[in-house]
Amino acid sequence: MSAEMLQSSNLPLRHRLGRVWLVIFQVALVVGIIALCALLFNIFDGSFGYVAVQDKVNPATLAVDGVPLEELDKDTLVEILRSHVSAGLMARYEFEKPFAEREAGEVYDLILERVVAPEFVAQWSLYQSLTNADEIRQTVAEQFPEARVEFRSWLNWHFLRAPQSSYPEIAGVRTAVFGSLWTISIAVLFAFPVGVAAAVYLQEYAPDNLINRIIQTNITNLAGVPSIIYGILGLAIFVRALGQFTSGIAFGVSDPATANGRTILSAGLTLGMLVLPLIIINAQEAIKAVPASLRQASYGLGATRWETVWHHVLPNAMAGIMTGTILAISRAIGETAPLIVIGASTFIQVDPEGPFSKFTTLPIQIYQWTARPQSVFRNLAGGASLVLLGLLLSMNATAIILRNRYRRSQ
Amino acid sequence: MAQTPIPAKPSTPSLKRKPRLAELVIQAVLFLCGLLSIFVTVGIIYELGKESMLFFGRTQWELTNKPIVADISSSDVQFEVGTSGASAQPGDVLRLGDELMLLDTVNGTTYGVERGYRDSVPSAHSAGTVLQRGVDPSIAEFLTGTSWAPHAGQFGVLPLLNATLMVSGTAILVALPLGLASAIYLSEYASQKARNTLKPILEVLAGVPTVVYGYFALTFMTPLLRTLFGQDTVQIYNTASAGIVIGILILPLVSTISEDALNAVPRSLREAAYGLGATKLETAVRVVLPAAFSGIAAAVIIAISRAIGETMVVALAAGAGPAFTFNPFEAAETMTGHIVRISGGDLSYDSLDYNSIFAIGLMLFVMTLALNIFSQYIVRRFREVYE
Repeated sequence: MSAEMLQSSNLPLRHRLGRVWLVIFQVALVVGIIALCALLFNIFDGSFGYVAVQDKVNPATLAVDGVPLEELDKDTLVEILRSHVSAGLMARYEFEKPFAEREAGEVYDLILERVVAPEFVAQWSLYQSLTNADEIRQTVAEQFPEARVEFRSWLNWHFLRAPQSSYPEIAGVRTAVFGSLWTISIAVLFAFPVGVAAAVYLQEYAPDNLINRIIQTNITNLAGVPSIIYGILGLAIFVRALGQFTSGIAFGVSDPATANGRTILSAGLTLGMLVLPLIIINAQEAIKAVPASLRQASYGLGATRWETVWHHVLPNAMAGIMTGTILAISRAIGETAPLIVIGASTFIQVDPEGPFSKFTTLPIQIYQWTARPQSVFRNLAGGASLVLLGLLLSMNATAIILRNRYRRSQ
Repeated sequence: MAQTPIPAKPSTPSLKRKPRLAELVIQAVLFLCGLLSIFVTVGIIYELGKESMLFFGRTQWELTNKPIVADISSSDVQFEVGTSGASAQPGDVLRLGDELMLLDTVNGTTYGVERGYRDSVPSAHSAGTVLQRGVDPSIAEFLTGTSWAPHAGQFGVLPLLNATLMVSGTAILVALPLGLASAIYLSEYASQKARNTLKPILEVLAGVPTVVYGYFALTFMTPLLRTLFGQDTVQIYNTASAGIVIGILILPLVSTISEDALNAVPRSLREAAYGLGATKLETAVRVVLPAAFSGIAAAVIIAISRAIGETMVVALAAGAGPAFTFNPFEAAETMTGHIVRISGGDLSYDSLDYNSIFAIGLMLFVMTLALNIFSQYIVRRFREVYE
């Protein structure tokens, strides 16, 4: 504290200064929280709102003898479909699943998709929809007289179930969600055992010598490497050098579409490398928290080092290890850049079948949709962001529940 | 350990330590798992280094748009070239079809060359074939050139680096004052209850995937900036929007680490300051803040390193296309944004693009690693230890 400050006993001024700065500190915090609110608001704003829907064919005109479309029997529906779509498309549907085996409801869905073919001609954000509803109806009546205004939740059941599509009306995130789950599972299968083993070594075995200090410093530094660098490493190692393995050729699974190594396996291993340092650091903290008395008691009873670790240290540290791992995974599930670098395919309509499949993931889907110039895809990106945040929230909730359960059982 | 004498029985086996094979195997496996992290680092350095060497060792061919005016046979060492296009200098390597030539003399439009350069096979070329000029990317040009267009023979990384620094600079301008002020409030003023509610809220910000921040930048921050500063001033893609959003992204990092550092300063220091008649503000800013300096500095450096490596926000909001500009409202591609855009398509191996992302990646790696090591040094060097 400077001397002149203590001499200047202008107390009222100093206190006033204190109050002003307190307000500044509070404002800073509030700005941070407002930023979070704006982020959440922005996602919801894009995920709900009015859309103007225009049908290619009005379903009312498809009614036969006054019976509305949805009440017609299957044969009539098939006839309607046949008269509106090309013979080639009918043949493809017949090939995928013979019409004799299809339910009336399935044929009805096909008619909706192919014949009625509703199209979004305009869409509005949630904020606009709530504040300007009348104006929106008026605009639609003027510009798109045949369209109707509907309030749409872009996050809906169909969106979750449907595969990727270039038509925003029927596009969904199912393939992307499966892709994310596959890559994350592989990342965990690789990084969890290796990470915990490394943490056990560093905490329980490693003598304090040069090599172990290097390992420790190295892990700290790896945690700070930008994720895109891991993507470049994954591209060079898993996709290129180990392409024979990651594309499945070495195991006799060869699919020309994936033979270049840009597969789920490569992506999972890349993400695994990315979360490895995080898992090690978290697991080390958890193991460090196990009291030394437990180990000494175990040694005193004649247990070997590994028996002590396996039967006493790990069970006691498991809650912390699990929490740390789940937090690391929730970082991995949102990673986009490394997967783009190793070449995640962006347009996939079939579910991934195994580790050697091509794939896309939820964050990549969001990236693709956001980067499109048409604004309707921004709404899809908003819906997909909600799905991703939901996935993250449920994982974090699992982490908390898991931790509490382990704590109680001890 | 208590030393209870064990009565020696003749049947007791020797108490000498026996090597246990299973234990040794387990220890070896665990050690290998620990060593794996070293392999990852070595892998990063090796791959980045190897491919970067290829980038710098590879001759790129620039189209000069200068044609030869008459047919030449496989043994002609002089030929006429057209007046259009960029002219070459003696010493340049030229390419016609598959053949390389070393340019010896330039006399107006008459070029004198050495045929079959670098073991290429001399062959006849027909009139109108356009000359290509060889350009070798040098490390000096890479670091000082102000134009990045590898396919046109320009290898200056400065436009990308400049955009990266502008984005990170904006981010720190946003995150440092907000983060530090929030940290001081949370640590020095807020009640325990308020802290327990507010800190998790900030941590939620840290858990949101970066691609969602990219969506936020493009659909919220950019329109906001364009409304505030005018549609003409602010381009659709700009570094300011990306920088501000990255600032919000690293804000929790700055505030939580700084708050931990402030919290670690012992109460006795604060009480001593109060005892000397300091106000709460004077205590916080003149006593606690300097005492927590090492932790706060480390937090800021880590945040900068994070901002430099951040990819998705800039890939979505900062623009696609290298531009050397200091205007934050103009589009400019950062190093990370460039890597993502180039590798977004199907990248063929050993191509110019493939090697260039490794060269840029190496630079990125070196920058972030240096910052991380520097932050660790600061923590060690300036840490105040209290009893």
